[in-house]
Amino acid sequence: MARAVTRRRKLAFTLVGWTIGLTLFFPILWAILTSFKSEGEAIASPPSFLFFHWTLENYAEVQARSDYLLYALNSVVISLGSTGLGLLVAIPAAWSMAFAPSKRTKDILMWMLSTKMLPPVGVLVPIYLLFRDFGLLDTRGGLVAVLMLMNLPIIVWMLYTYFKEIPGEILEAARMDGATLAKEIVHVLAPMAVPGIASTVLLNIILAWNEAFWTLNLTASDAAPLSAFIASYSSPEGLFWAKLSAASTLAIAPILVMGWFSQKQLVRGLTFGAVK
Amino acid sequence: MRRLACALIGATALLAVQQAAAATKLTIATVNNGDMIRMQKLTDDFTARNPGIELDWVTMEENVLRQKVTTDIATKGGQYDIMTIGTYEVPIWAKQGWLVPLDNLGPSYDVDDLLPSIRNGLSLGGKLYAAPFYGESSMTMYREDLFEKAGLTMPEAPSWDFIAEAARKITDKAHEVYGICLRGKAGWGENMAFLTAMSNSFGARWFDMKWQPQFDGKAWKDTLKFYVDLMHDAGPPGASSNGFNENLALFQSGKCGMWIDATVAASFVSDPKESKVADKVGFALAPDRGLGKRANWLWAWSLAIPSGSNKKAAAEKFIAWATSKDYLKLVASKDGWANVPPGTRKSLYDNPAYRKAAAFADMTLKSIQAADPTHPTVDPVPYVGVQFVAIPQFQGIGTAVGQQFSAALAGTTSVDQALKNAQALTEREMKRGGYIK
Repeated sequence: MARAVTRRRKLAFTLVGWTIGLTLFFPILWAILTSFKSEGEAIASPPSFLFFHWTLENYAEVQARSDYLLYALNSVVISLGSTGLGLLVAIPAAWSMAFAPSKRTKDILMWMLSTKMLPPVGVLVPIYLLFRDFGLLDTRGGLVAVLMLMNLPIIVWMLYTYFKEIPGEILEAARMDGATLAKEIVHVLAPMAVPGIASTVLLNIILAWNEAFWTLNLTASDAAPLSAFIASYSSPEGLFWAKLSAASTLAIAPILVMGWFSQKQLVRGLTFGAVK
Repeated sequence: MRRLACALIGATALLAVQQAAAATKLTIATVNNGDMIRMQKLTDDFTARNPGIELDWVTMEENVLRQKVTTDIATKGGQYDIMTIGTYEVPIWAKQGWLVPLDNLGPSYDVDDLLPSIRNGLSLGGKLYAAPFYGESSMTMYREDLFEKAGLTMPEAPSWDFIAEAARKITDKAHEVYGICLRGKAGWGENMAFLTAMSNSFGARWFDMKWQPQFDGKAWKDTLKFYVDLMHDAGPPGASSNGFNENLALFQSGKCGMWIDATVAASFVSDPKESKVADKVGFALAPDRGLGKRANWLWAWSLAIPSGSNKKAAAEKFIAWATSKDYLKLVASKDGWANVPPGTRKSLYDNPAYRKAAAFADMTLKSIQAADPTHPTVDPVPYVGVQFVAIPQFQGIGTAVGQQFSAALAGTTSVDQALKNAQALTEREMKRGGYIK
């Protein structure tokens, strides 16, 4: 009896899980399906789910109109660059907060997080002026710097949480064995925190990839990433839904594939604290 | 080895300098719509005639474009050499000294051929600050078959009373046919574009001559009550979230008896590849109430040069090409006369080939001529603009008022309350802006 209940519960959980999963995935699936429709079919009411005239014309049109590879390359450089730079700053910061806290550590953490509560548009003009004066407008370097700064609070917070889970005694032991601070961080702390660092990296890449305020406002043509590529296919007056869907599918494909392959690492990292 | 390296570096640098000197790269910020995309495909014609100029396009959705170019021009960022802007921005930006006057468009440009209402909207102190690429107004599009079935005949210049009566008669909610589809989505360029133009025909105005908001007057109440009642009786469900695209989809799938919106929609609804009702669409002017003003707006996507650009001569050359009579001929030769960007030049409407290809040409011209941005309302106003007020504060105020009116349409607030809120928030913002005390 008990076994039957367990199985039933399992079945119920599986069903609920699949329902939530499919509901969350449905908009993406719909965009992918729409990208294979003609503009007329894309707005048809009632919409057809699978039985429509499948076409690749939107992809051909998008390819002909825009240099997808340049946008994709910019996205890769900006997301990897900002994440790498962010880690370089955040690992030492999180180490000091986790293992050598001061009276003000909690306040500093809260202050860092509070910067995320400010709407970005509030600092658009000052940052735009700085970019203009330093010649950083429409450059990848400028975007790497600004996205690193925007995501830094999240990286520091995540790493701090993971580092807190690591017993300080292990680091102490390393120190007693004569490890310098740099060696302690690189050879002892970092390997132990790999799942945490990996999930931080993945999450940050996703955040930087999807960022669409700074990337749109600080770029024109040379450094524009995939968010600008999508924006160029949206229109409040005209039919571009199928083409917009094709552009969106092309833009999310790399990050979707990356997420798919690294989901184990991502889930492990995100639940790191909870399962210990 | 070292010498070779030095020589190579020197040669590369020289080559780079030469290339930089040889080509002037124009960065053009433009809006994503069919006519602009077509222009991008046809630019080989321009670069062949002007070998020293390269074009770099930055295409964006309208609202993103507005935000980006506004930031750039206000900070003199200099990212763009040519900007695509509308009739709202031109008078404000020209007044600020942010735009370069276009006084060197060449002898064959024929500036007097531009439609006067469009030219007026893009000029300040008699000087043209942006050249119109395409112009649009709004008009009534209707289903001839549904009108015939209901025993109705659409006049060329209908009144609001006729529109309301016809909409209620055509509505067949059981079969998902709604008499009228109108914008309801909040935004100064969404529902407020329509409602401001509609209010002009009801004798309403945003401000009196002393910049005092007028939402507490009878004319605005009549406008909003008429709109909300009509949409409740004969509009589609969820109309408060419908903008241009949503209404276009509804009309094309045969669910709207009438649709009053941008003239640019005419080519979409009569395209058999996209519209189920392409052969059943008729066109009429936007409605009126016999007060001398019709409910049609005026807009022109135009090309302008920001004063921060240091490539003015090349930019003006491009603008002269893109908005010339020859460009219209070029489009006609490639894609046919029906696809020529409309609403900017008188000569286009005198062209029999165009009139034959575009069934809606006459109505578009009449609609554009009927809108006067310098005298948009029945009573005098201190501002320029038909469906907007050309002051910097309007984007914010227009959207906030649009949210109130959208809520009234959705039924979450009453017409009276929405008007009261609109009056209060507009007064507050106008005080902050220093227009009133």
